[in-house]
Amino acid sequence: MEDAAVQPVQVHAPPEGFIRKFVFSLDHKMIGKQYYGLALMAVFMGMVLSWFMRFHLVWPDAKIPGLGAIAPTGAPGGVITPEYYLSLLTMHGTLMVFFVLTNAPFAGFGNYFLPIQIGAEDMAFPRFNMMSFWTTLVAFIVLVSAFFIPDGPPISGWTAYAPLSAVGKDAGPGLGWGQNLWAMSIALFCVGQLLGSLNFIATTLDLRAKGMTLMRMPICTWAWFITSCIGLLAFAVLLPACLLLLLDRMAGTSFFIPSGLVVSDRLQNHAGGSPLLWQHLFWFFGHPEVYIAILPAVGIVSHVLITSMRKPLLSAKVMIYSMMSIGFLSWMVWGHHMFVSGMNPFSSLLFSFPTLTITIPATIITLIWLGSLFGANIQINSASLFALGFVSMFVSGGVSGFFLAQPSIDIYLHATYFVVGHFHMVMGVAAIFGILSGTYFWFPKMSGRMMNETLGQIHFWITFVGTYCIFMPFHYLGLVGNVRRYSSFVDDFMAPLMPVHKFISIAAFITGAAQLIFLYNLIHSRFRGKIAPENPWNATSLEWSIPSPPPWNNFGDKHPVVFHDPYQYGVKGSKGDFVMQDSPEQVVGGWDK
Amino acid sequence: MGKFFGVILVLITLVSAYPIVTHKFVQPVDISTHGHAIDEQLADTMAEAGLAFVGAQLLLAFFVWKFSNRKDGSKVVHLPGGAKLMVATAFIFIGTEVLALGVLGQKAWADVYFTAPKPDAMQIQAQAGQFAFYFRYPGADGRFGPLHPDKIDEGNQNYFGLDPANDVEARDDIVTAELTIPINREIHLLLHAKDVGHSFYVRELRLQQDFVPGLDLSLHFTATKTGKYEIVCTQLCGLGHYNMKAYLNVLAQDEFDKWLKDRAAEQ
Repeated sequence: MEDAAVQPVQVHAPPEGFIRKFVFSLDHKMIGKQYYGLALMAVFMGMVLSWFMRFHLVWPDAKIPGLGAIAPTGAPGGVITPEYYLSLLTMHGTLMVFFVLTNAPFAGFGNYFLPIQIGAEDMAFPRFNMMSFWTTLVAFIVLVSAFFIPDGPPISGWTAYAPLSAVGKDAGPGLGWGQNLWAMSIALFCVGQLLGSLNFIATTLDLRAKGMTLMRMPICTWAWFITSCIGLLAFAVLLPACLLLLLDRMAGTSFFIPSGLVVSDRLQNHAGGSPLLWQHLFWFFGHPEVYIAILPAVGIVSHVLITSMRKPLLSAKVMIYSMMSIGFLSWMVWGHHMFVSGMNPFSSLLFSFPTLTITIPATIITLIWLGSLFGANIQINSASLFALGFVSMFVSGGVSGFFLAQPSIDIYLHATYFVVGHFHMVMGVAAIFGILSGTYFWFPKMSGRMMNETLGQIHFWITFVGTYCIFMPFHYLGLVGNVRRYSSFVDDFMAPLMPVHKFISIAAFITGAAQLIFLYNLIHSRFRGKIAPENPWNATSLEWSIPSPPPWNNFGDKHPVVFHDPYQYGVKGSKGDFVMQDSPEQVVGGWDK
Repeated sequence: MGKFFGVILVLITLVSAYPIVTHKFVQPVDISTHGHAIDEQLADTMAEAGLAFVGAQLLLAFFVWKFSNRKDGSKVVHLPGGAKLMVATAFIFIGTEVLALGVLGQKAWADVYFTAPKPDAMQIQAQAGQFAFYFRYPGADGRFGPLHPDKIDEGNQNYFGLDPANDVEARDDIVTAELTIPINREIHLLLHAKDVGHSFYVRELRLQQDFVPGLDLSLHFTATKTGKYEIVCTQLCGLGHYNMKAYLNVLAQDEFDKWLKDRAAEQ
């Protein structure tokens, strides 16, 4: 496996016709773009939902124009009801975590660039790949259809805790067919991700070009590979969990529902189940899931930073081993979401220690980035700005984890805005910055055109400052005990906090509007951008050795051969300040690794 | 633009730290016997996390300021010490710090969860159901009557599903909508969920515990200051979750005794 043989086998035929080229494509590049496009749709939907939420929190009686027509029951006259607020919250979380953060950095960029970066013609299983995208798309449609049924989307949050999610419509609006559609959608999503993960793993292990040892793969390829290993195991747990939930809801089983529950004056006909079982199953998936969301971004940002700095990282191996450690430790910490859940309090301590230990590889990764910046010659552009912004956000989001990892402090901070601030900074900002950095970096390769750099930088500055303005105050609110998932703040201690909420809401609207600049740039540049050269960033990995955009089989009739690691920057004795990975140019007195 | 990044990041860091350093957003007064350990842990963690945050952001800002778009022709170089220094720093500083926090923080957790309630702690049952909390005192016989879910009748204020006609122990049970307790007396709060998951959170008591349907969970605590404090639900339980709350009233012992006698007479 170390030194993979050349794979001259034609993986699939050249695509012919509109349907094969653009719809049911077997080409990993088209599938990557399809995933990215789906994620783009999901992120704008999720963002609009968050605008409605932030609007309602600060101006609860306001009539939102048009909303009354879309949701006559949930928002009569455009005024959001408490249950509709929870529907918005549930769908916001579900769309963002699954359809944005798992799709774009992993399935999107990973599908497009992993085969190219290892020198392969396509993924190992192109048909699986096509099926994985289409399953994901169907899952998306099933989820979104919950908006259009009479009772609306579920109100149990993206975490769908039982028994609220399991007993059915007695427990509240949206918990009838809305919850069924949610569970079916997520089950389908799991299937799509399992197919995708299998593909990534097989491709990485078997289709590497001559000379491409595992340790010569780019860091982002490693990140995608580790992520797919995590995903294979994690989604394999969420899938049966969703099926068990559907059985409780539709087949009268009681996996998650004990006896004696009286919901809306009706004694529920269930017995023997455990609500904690749902939590264990969900979080056993859910914690590795957040590393699925962040590791590809860690890989992409490392890749972009190296090119921008014109020097390799202090050690790529340390970075790779740290990502592997995070992947390994991620299986041991799920109970930190359940410290006050009623599970044995001794196990809370057991979960706390590996949670605190994850700080170590996360710190190593951050220090490697920081230490590598020393002595660099950072080329500032939109891609590198978002990568540097990622480093800042990773630190900010990471340090709030110090608090939540400790059960004694979690007694006070659990279910407050402190938690919401923590995960939004790491997922809602940092991971998104990783996607944006990758977009500005790889857009020229994918489309053959350059994005507008001025618009890109305006987008960066508003987003960077704006997201700090939105999410840093969440932590302050949490320190005062502001509870999360409330559709209105009626408690006595909340009144003095309303000005903070107003500030956050206004920051959210401005920052959200700035994303339209990005969308405009993306679409306009696709058709009218300056034609991109093959290697606009003077980068070294294999994707920069082929035309922009690449031909259907990536390397044409060539079978690439690589001679060293992909990060030969600042190399002494070479013609420029870099050497391509497929260049046999001798590395004279290169970096010590 | 690199220098601009450095400047903006320094500003962001200072502005973010300001409300913390000036204690603008702090937890309310602690009225419990175990809360000071939690507050100390929180303060220690804030100091260490704060230093890590400020240190890392300022280092990032400085490096981007100094090492971006350099036109002076100087070569790119590696940090002396390289990756080994970074790994060592991570293990030594952060590793020690987080493990210390973890080890030291055990006591605060143990105070809440690993000590049993005293045998003479006053037992009160709390029931959480969509969307209200109710509380039950055992009355003069010191025993709670059994619960019958099929007998729950909110219209007739039988929130717990008691059957005093057939259950002797239920006859003197006192049911209230507010949790009233005497000061400086240990309370053993028994948590019962009627329908879905809920949670009991009193900020001033530094306590939070989920109600889990099907599980017998409990908390024990002692309140050290009189006053009226909010109990809020912190586990998403449906559309009325935002409005699900009750009050904790901490009274002097004699006032509490009078209150309990009055409630018993009303039942």
